[in-house]
Amino acid sequence: MTYSTEKLSEEKVFKDPVHRYVHVRDRVIWDLVGTKEFQRLRRIKQLGTTFLTFHGAEHSRFTHSLGVYEIVRRMIDDVFDGRPEWDHDDRLLTLCAALLHDLGHGPFSHAFEKVFDFDHEDFTRAIILGDTEVNKVLQHVGSDFPEKVAEVIAKTSPKKLVVSMISSQIDADRMDYLQRDAYFTGVSYGQFDMERILRVMRPREEQVVIKKSGMHAVEDYIMSRYQMYWQVYFHPVSRSAEVILTKILHRAKQLFKEHYLFKYEPLHFFSFFRENVTLEDYLKLDEAVIMYYFQIWQEEADPILSDLCRRFVNRNLFKYAEFDPAKEYKKMAELNALFIQAGIDPDYYLVVDSSSDLPYDFYRPGEEEERLPIHLLMKSGELREFSRESEIVDAISGKRRTDHKLYYPADFLADETTAGEIKKQIRSLLE
Amino acid sequence: MLKDHAKLMQAIMVSGEIVGRKKLQKMIYIAKKIHFPFNDRFQFHFYGPYSEELTTRVEELCNMGFLNEIKEKKGGYFQYRYTLTESGKEFLSLNEVEMPFLEDCFQDMNKQNARFLELVSTVLFFDELPREEVKNKVFTLKSSQRYTEAEIEEAYRYIESLRAKVQ
Repeated sequence: MTYSTEKLSEEKVFKDPVHRYVHVRDRVIWDLVGTKEFQRLRRIKQLGTTFLTFHGAEHSRFTHSLGVYEIVRRMIDDVFDGRPEWDHDDRLLTLCAALLHDLGHGPFSHAFEKVFDFDHEDFTRAIILGDTEVNKVLQHVGSDFPEKVAEVIAKTSPKKLVVSMISSQIDADRMDYLQRDAYFTGVSYGQFDMERILRVMRPREEQVVIKKSGMHAVEDYIMSRYQMYWQVYFHPVSRSAEVILTKILHRAKQLFKEHYLFKYEPLHFFSFFRENVTLEDYLKLDEAVIMYYFQIWQEEADPILSDLCRRFVNRNLFKYAEFDPAKEYKKMAELNALFIQAGIDPDYYLVVDSSSDLPYDFYRPGEEEERLPIHLLMKSGELREFSRESEIVDAISGKRRTDHKLYYPADFLADETTAGEIKKQIRSLLE
Repeated sequence: MLKDHAKLMQAIMVSGEIVGRKKLQKMIYIAKKIHFPFNDRFQFHFYGPYSEELTTRVEELCNMGFLNEIKEKKGGYFQYRYTLTESGKEFLSLNEVEMPFLEDCFQDMNKQNARFLELVSTVLFFDELPREEVKNKVFTLKSSQRYTEAEIEEAYRYIESLRAKVQ
């Protein structure tokens, strides 16, 4: 028996609130879970700042990654195995890619990536191919195995079916995070019948397709994706926390550029400020480290940095107003000028947040070959794009909904001890 | 305010009209790779580099009334045409972002077809790999497009010509 086919003498199970159990029989998977790079995912929250709105949303990328692995394992072992379109030799590759697909995520990664201009997927690749424990385990399977796993995660693998199981419009990643995020936030919209969806999935050369008889189960999944987007992911209070977090990082970076003398040297941030982050630097970061800096920066002399950190740590977030850029962009210029007159820096305290700032999406029917749509497998063997068969999905995928909000510190504006008249003017424009 | 939206609007304005969502996606990706300051995140999808952020931003601009989108049936599929509206031009006049050489590059890219831009963007996506490996990637990942060696060489020459414009 080779390492790639080695089974554990006894099956290991992780108790899981979403899938009940996560089952591990493969030695390679067990070894990967034990690596320090994978264990690091325990210290990174799946939903970033959402815990400030939904207090239960403290679950980690570790639990999500195990969940994606478990869904893919069930897909393969319970549904695909033995079907002529499925190549059994791809089993371990698919399981490893599912388990490791989020390996490069850092703390509050969306904000970090925006401010420091990098892509976590590059770090996923660097961890898999670099001098790491994960790489050693994968190398043990075969010298080209790490590259193969990295290609599947980057969606550049020629094995399109394998890629689509982990990353497509109906994939294990989304099926796990929708259910898990719904469970931990406590909302009821993320529910759908995953067992049914798994049973009607069929492997094809280029993607997983869905038997027509499973259409209604997939409708539920697409609706839940739509509901979660507006009710959880784009929740204005979570977005407010995200806005503040982003501004803290911008401020710290700006201060560094201006040679500001930090009271406590932000050693973990230096390579980010200088934009020469090494893998070693990157792996040292987790949310505990970031929260430590936010704690100590509350005492910084710079009034903007200390104020923003106090807001984030103590959840004194920005208020928001609905904002229609088409009609109100001139008002925005006016507000900008008034903020400056009132002594409040609009670069940090007057922020437009748009739906395009969010790393989540809806179902798209893939017009003009933008994205591969979900295909239904008809009885005749023909494949049809999902929204052409489902009126419900057609109704929501054809309708564009976008949203913009304007965030500002209501407490600053209510304090009339300075620039009282100007602040009144600002408030009247915002109301 | 809305700087990323303004950059996209500016790209469409200097192009006059962009026909096709795929073409628009590839033009912005190529521009980003030759160091125009577009911030949209791209990932490799079935049809090459694609940005969900960019798709949403285009939708936002259409909803704001700053972009005009015309949907037309072409054979078995729909195609979209994008131009800037008058209110879009007015917004842009107040929020212009300075991007030297943008017009020259976008007008040039706009003259190319979507199939060629898909190849150029794919070559750029793998720009850290040696040329032979890039060719292999194109032949395996884009087998349905049946690109030839000569087309790949042409894509490299085209990238150089664009880079020369911005130097």
